[in-house]
Amino acid sequence: MSKKTPFYQIHKNLGAKITDFAGFKMPIHYKKGIVHEHKKVRNEIGMFDLSHMGEFIVSGVNALEFVQKTNVNDVSKIEVGQCQYSQMCYPDGGIVDDLLIYKDEDNYMLVVNASNIEKDFQWLQKNLLEEVELKDISDETALIAVQGPKAEPVVQKLVEDNLSQLRYYHFIHTEISGVDVIVSRTGYTGEDGFEIYFNDFDKSKKLWNLVAEAGAEFDIEPVGLGARDTLRLEMKYPLYGNDIDKNTNPLEAGLRWFVKLDKGNFIGREALKKVKKEKIQRKLIPFVMQERGIPRPHYKIFAEGKEIGEVRSGTMSPSLKKGIGTGYVHRDYMKSGTEIKIDVRGKKLKAKVIKPPFYKDGSLKR
Amino acid sequence: MVKDDLYYTENHEWVQFNDDSALVGITDYAQNELGDVVFVELPEKELKLEQDDVLATIEAVKAVEEIYSPVSGVVLESNLDLEDNPELINSSPYEEGWIAKIELDNKEKDMKNLISADEYRELIGG
Repeated sequence: MSKKTPFYQIHKNLGAKITDFAGFKMPIHYKKGIVHEHKKVRNEIGMFDLSHMGEFIVSGVNALEFVQKTNVNDVSKIEVGQCQYSQMCYPDGGIVDDLLIYKDEDNYMLVVNASNIEKDFQWLQKNLLEEVELKDISDETALIAVQGPKAEPVVQKLVEDNLSQLRYYHFIHTEISGVDVIVSRTGYTGEDGFEIYFNDFDKSKKLWNLVAEAGAEFDIEPVGLGARDTLRLEMKYPLYGNDIDKNTNPLEAGLRWFVKLDKGNFIGREALKKVKKEKIQRKLIPFVMQERGIPRPHYKIFAEGKEIGEVRSGTMSPSLKKGIGTGYVHRDYMKSGTEIKIDVRGKKLKAKVIKPPFYKDGSLKR
Repeated sequence: MVKDDLYYTENHEWVQFNDDSALVGITDYAQNELGDVVFVELPEKELKLEQDDVLATIEAVKAVEEIYSPVSGVVLESNLDLEDNPELINSSPYEEGWIAKIELDNKEKDMKNLISADEYRELIGG
């Protein structure tokens, strides 16, 4: 039995096409479709139900030591009120999950992929330290994301805090109409935006409607997981299960900026040091189709007449109006400008490796 | 929407019979299920098809679907407008979004596997 988020009935009423995703009944798109929703976020503003995401709270005197041990990024570098993107790795360097870490007054909140909630929790539990409390609050946490160039003026109507002062990857505890919320300036779209977490499910409908009303002047619309995927892929943001998994490491996935090998020991460090020392042999490349055709996961990648890899993520880019994708190839073929071919149902179609992101005009200011 | 003057398949294709040829496409129900169509791989002219052979491939943002020919015969023409405007399948599935015109080979035989508008309505539950 799939779980429902507290906004499920709202999605039904809005005429959403519902699909099972990571054990949740989620809206894949609403009435106007993925392309429309995608453009809405790029040009103005959209709102997403992301309540399927997982949230863990880590507290106790050794909380920092524990989060450091299980993450590749240097969590000691962030201050209270700051977020950080990181990955958790296995000892062999393979990725357990990618996540956001929120440093609060007396705990850390880890926001993980819905598809990995149980696995991640077990992994963290297995590596738990003394004097650390780990709690899964996924089932009592709702999340609305508001994304797009108009996100700030819209969310500003809902909170008293001055959002022009809230920098990218920072968060505040505040209230929306008497409901306690966390508002972070984060997202997965390449646009400016906010993510609003809260625990009072009785107020779900009220909060959804308040966001919708605040966004009415820009014709805010709900956006489903279909456009969430095309938006993130246009930025080459990795998706766990497609671009990264237990058989890929952060260095070859192009996430080396987040791997702090000098921060001290952490799970996977020795393996990743070895990968770095021996030079990365393969890399996750972004490519754009040069002929009509759409790359899809598992399609084969060719160059110089031989198979060099497999597509991991692929779609029609609503912004570029071209097929775009990612895939792991040998380092000989990773340079931007390299010409490759994608086997699309038996036809080898031309594609070109590019420098990420695919879409370069996002409103996101770092 | 299901049109009365067409025949249908259980795979959600429609056929409009004219004298010696037929126009084929996918139904309104099918385009709605697929979502935004972003690419159509059309059949080559003069391609010879048996009923239920792959006629075209339609790609939505999140899905790839093969379209099977509801009739047997030879492709006379493909709807080249779909190359630049694949969304015509969504906006006008029965008119501007037609996929191919096929010269009929054996209409009587084809008919045995086609269903009427009423039967198709029943199939899609309304």
